Amino acid sequence: MLRFVVRRLLLTIPVLFGIVFVVFALARVLPGDPCVAALQERANPATCATFNARYGLDEPITTQFWIYLTDLSHGDLGDSISQGRPVAEILIERLPVTIELTLFALTLATLLGIVLGVISASRRNSAVDVGTMVGANIGVSTPVFVLGLILIWIFAVLLKDSPFVLPPGGRMTAGVTVTPLVESWGLTELAGPLRSVVDFFSNMFVLNSLITGQWEALGDALRHLILPAVALGTIPLSIIARMTRSSLLDVLGQDYVRTARAKGLAERAVVLRHGLRNAILPVVTVIGLSLGGLLAGAVLTESIFGLSGIGKMITDGVTSRDYAVVQGLTLVTAVIYVTVNLIVDISYAFLDPRIRLQ
Amino acid sequence: MTPPIGSEPRIATPAEEGLAAKPTSLWTDTRRNILRQRVAQVGLVLLGTLLAIAISAPVIATHGPDDTSGIDEGLVTAGLLGPCIHLLGCPADRPQHLLGIDRNGRDEYSRVVYGARVSLLVGVATVSFAIAIGTLLGSIAGYAGGWLDNLIMRLMDVLLAFPSLILAIAMVTVLGPGLVNATFAIGIVAIPVYARVMRASVLSIKERDFVVASRALGESSRGILLRRILPNALTPLIVVGTLGIAGAILEVAALSFLGLGAQPPLAEWGSMIGLDRNQLFSAPHLIVVPGIALSLSVLGFNLLGDGLRDALDPRLNR
Repeated sequence: MLRFVVRRLLLTIPVLFGIVFVVFALARVLPGDPCVAALQERANPATCATFNARYGLDEPITTQFWIYLTDLSHGDLGDSISQGRPVAEILIERLPVTIELTLFALTLATLLGIVLGVISASRRNSAVDVGTMVGANIGVSTPVFVLGLILIWIFAVLLKDSPFVLPPGGRMTAGVTVTPLVESWGLTELAGPLRSVVDFFSNMFVLNSLITGQWEALGDALRHLILPAVALGTIPLSIIARMTRSSLLDVLGQDYVRTARAKGLAERAVVLRHGLRNAILPVVTVIGLSLGGLLAGAVLTESIFGLSGIGKMITDGVTSRDYAVVQGLTLVTAVIYVTVNLIVDISYAFLDPRIRLQ
Repeated sequence: MTPPIGSEPRIATPAEEGLAAKPTSLWTDTRRNILRQRVAQVGLVLLGTLLAIAISAPVIATHGPDDTSGIDEGLVTAGLLGPCIHLLGCPADRPQHLLGIDRNGRDEYSRVVYGARVSLLVGVATVSFAIAIGTLLGSIAGYAGGWLDNLIMRLMDVLLAFPSLILAIAMVTVLGPGLVNATFAIGIVAIPVYARVMRASVLSIKERDFVVASRALGESSRGILLRRILPNALTPLIVVGTLGIAGAILEVAALSFLGLGAQPPLAEWGSMIGLDRNQLFSAPHLIVVPGIALSLSVLGFNLLGDGLRDALDPRLNR
């Protein structure tokens, strides 16, 4: 087992290195002068010379890459030109919003997807099965931004006067606030990296209000999360439901399932204990892979619902041609994606002994 | 003997195809298999409609896609963005706009119709580009093996390590916004998928007897790749490619929605939704109609792809 984990970790290193290289190369290889891109109409030979010297762009390309790597190893992702502060600082501020949204969407997709998949597989060709599969096909084909806007229209416009009304965007209703953790815990004196860590978790409103018991804020934060999470989670939900169904159908056709049925086991036990347990592995892989789609979808979701996470930060970075921001965030999302899939692979090996013996 | 309905369609193994079957029989088999699948039928109908709309756009559209005559008609200022159909009781003196007009006084119905052209073209162009490059890289990797294989495939792994839309956004930031750049970016991001499929096919085919035989007969490496291996590797490429078009349409539309793809005034569904998203509260059909058009097109390619997969290649069946 340990050998498998070590091997898998070692295999990840070249990929991570490659990611850094691609992100670095993007700015240099593709046509378009970074100076002109950043300074726009203010770009002229004189300003560009200063700009290039400031960001080390006048050095040889290998030196530039070395500088970039050294900076990264210090957690330095460069400076945002439009906001005039380090990208890493903005990232710590924005990342909690995206994590909260993504985890919410993923939880929703996983729970509902597995339940629907199991029902579909165990009642093959029933109305529930056909409905789920038709829904799943439509679900994977509907763009996040279309679904998001339609949900806003339904729940914030059409149902405005009903009890089902949901807010069209933002994280909190005006007037409702979450007390930062440092205040709740009387740690206002705290500074340095530890403070950043506390602030990081503090900015996950649901988590914060849950552990400090701010129930009104918790309810409000949750209500604001429903529509974005549904919009973002629908595609992975559809994929997970389909995967669970087909994987479970495969397993239910196996001999040992017939044996389990023959010995008089209740259908429920057959499906859940013998079937789902063995069918869940490919589903776990799909859950890991769907994170890539979720991170990309978060860009659209945050833009629609006005959530200031890293997705919104990327689009803002693009509009203001703030390449350091786009570059830094591309790097961070790729690293998150790779790390999660590494964890999925390792957990896969825990779940299935055959993998680690290979 | 005809197989009973619902049984696995009989598929010739690649070896059989390569040796005996005429190229036409694969297509005949495939056509029969596809037509037997209801999912694929729905997909074909959707795509047929889409294609018909795209081709006949100038005929069935009531206005030009960039025709802003709605402004002259004073409809925008009058707040009359909603549909006006004479049959449904629209005043006869008001100009007819089947689905109303957009913020700039353009006929929404005509723009949605013309949008079919853009999305179809973009989807096919992106995937063709990705397949061309991906197939080349994949076959080199699979055929040559060794360090070249390692180099190419590790590079593909790195590209796959990015969430695709985010890498595309980063590329468009550098290249500058525009439909061509967006298509190019999505195309690049899609390459690894095809490279992997192609490499796997090449690896599984290159040691087959018929390939060894042509090598013994003195056929060049290029000839073996093009005439022996490629035709036998087409099946998975077609399946993955069809599903890929669906993904490409979605992603280019997403870039256009963010203002990074198609630029105004081009009638592209994603960009139409992005530009009129603030009308959601007063004229939701400006979002819903292009949105449904987008979903149905993507659905069409997804269904056809799924059907093709079941019909052509049970090994890919998940």
